[in-house]
Amino acid sequence: MDTIEAVLNGNKRSIAKLITLIEEKSHDAKEILKKIYTHTGKARIIGITGAPGSGKSSLVDKLAKILRSKNKKIGIIAVDPTSPFTGGAILGDRIRMQDLALDEGVFIRSMGTRGALGGLSKACYDAAKVLDASGMDYILIETVGVGQSEIDIAKLADIVLLVMVPGMGDDVQAIKAGIMEIGDIFVINKSDKDGADRLVTEIETALGLCFEKKELKPPVIKTIATEGYGIEELVETIDVLWEYLTKKDYLKIKRTNRIRQEIIGLLTESVLNNIMTTYSEKIEFLVEKAVKRQIDPYSAAEIIIKEKSL
Amino acid sequence: MEDTKKIRVLIAKPGLDGHDRGAKVIARALRDSGMEVIYTGLRQTPEQIVETAIQEDVNVIGLSILSGAHNFLLPKVIQLLKEKNAEDILVISGGVIPEEDILGLKEAGIAEVFTPGTPTSEIIDFIKTHVK
Ligand SMILES: Nc1nc2c(ncn2[C@@H]2O[C@H](COP(=O)(O)OP(=O)(O)O)[C@@H](O)[C@H]2O)c(=O)[nH]1
Ligand SMILES: [Mg+2]
Repeated sequence: MDTIEAVLNGNKRSIAKLITLIEEKSHDAKEILKKIYTHTGKARIIGITGAPGSGKSSLVDKLAKILRSKNKKIGIIAVDPTSPFTGGAILGDRIRMQDLALDEGVFIRSMGTRGALGGLSKACYDAAKVLDASGMDYILIETVGVGQSEIDIAKLADIVLLVMVPGMGDDVQAIKAGIMEIGDIFVINKSDKDGADRLVTEIETALGLCFEKKELKPPVIKTIATEGYGIEELVETIDVLWEYLTKKDYLKIKRTNRIRQEIIGLLTESVLNNIMTTYSEKIEFLVEKAVKRQIDPYSAAEIIIKEKSL
Repeated sequence: MEDTKKIRVLIAKPGLDGHDRGAKVIARALRDSGMEVIYTGLRQTPEQIVETAIQEDVNVIGLSILSGAHNFLLPKVIQLLKEKNAEDILVISGGVIPEEDILGLKEAGIAEVFTPGTPTSEIIDFIKTHVK
């Protein structure tokens, strides 16, 4: 299996092909993922989320450039939503990352959310593993911050940057929707626009309420991605937070939870698949009965569970 | 909807001229036909295009050209793909390309040249029949 060796050596063609196999849910991909798993866990996974147009891709571009100047290898996964109607997608994040295309130490992959109903697909998690195993020091994952994908990125990433923009009502919304908990670092991008300082204050106030006496309040950093302003500070902040997370075992806890979730997810999927294939007729029969109010859904489920354990 | 394979297309615009309206129209049409379109914007060099195509593992590269440099840019993309052992990627082109150049471009390895006014459905059909 020389694919494995090539991926571990950072061969871009092989990495790209493997990610395609993963997206196609191929059996081979699963076998390869099993074998490269021991080589994962070294990369720092940074999630970048926020509203469409908030400047995430521009930030990723500038972050990658600074990290490259420190000789770090960078994997980038840029996720855009798949149309639930056609299954198609336009993946346009690379427009802001053109200068990175020929950088030896950068690998960029655009992914549609595909079947993941607004969230991050399993393929995205696995693609991150591939980049990790291939020797990337940082993996930057850009996702549009709508609904489930924000929750998902918090599970997948070691550190989440929540990108906000002044004058978009982001502040109020975020506080209302309870997404303040997701951000490990708050990035106020487009701070060349009016209201940046006010937004910083509002977020800091809101964080003060959320975090009260907890040790580390998430930092709030102002940036202008298009001009590179604030990006050095952002990189430093990420590094400081990283030190903190590793020293306090927080990172270990985060990653343990992630892996537990993954195993439970795989179990759920396979048990459910098993039930659905073995009992599909029985389930349909019970559905019909429940429609006629001859049985209730709870008892219907219990019947299947009982049959399964017999 | 459990999808397995999906056609991935890189739409790129080499050359220095400044607008990409045509490319965007194609990108949307391909998306609406269920493909994943990687859109990279203006002023791409052949090197950038080929490297991007490899990292994105696309099945098709669609090049939109208005600048008149097609006789240089298009064969260059083909040549670079060959150097990277990636000549399995289908390369198609659209834009203002004179009739008399088309044969030469096809000989150089461009799978098809779509002149302005080609219905997008024709391009979609071409891609769907030629991607294995
Ligand atoms: N004024 C200003 N514009 C920005 C800034 N950052 C990004 N933009 C612009 O905002 C638009 C959306 O940026 P993009 O990075 O694609 O946002 P994304 O959708 O969140 O990935 C682009 O036109 C960028 O040039 C900034 O800090 N200030
Ligand atoms: Mg983006």
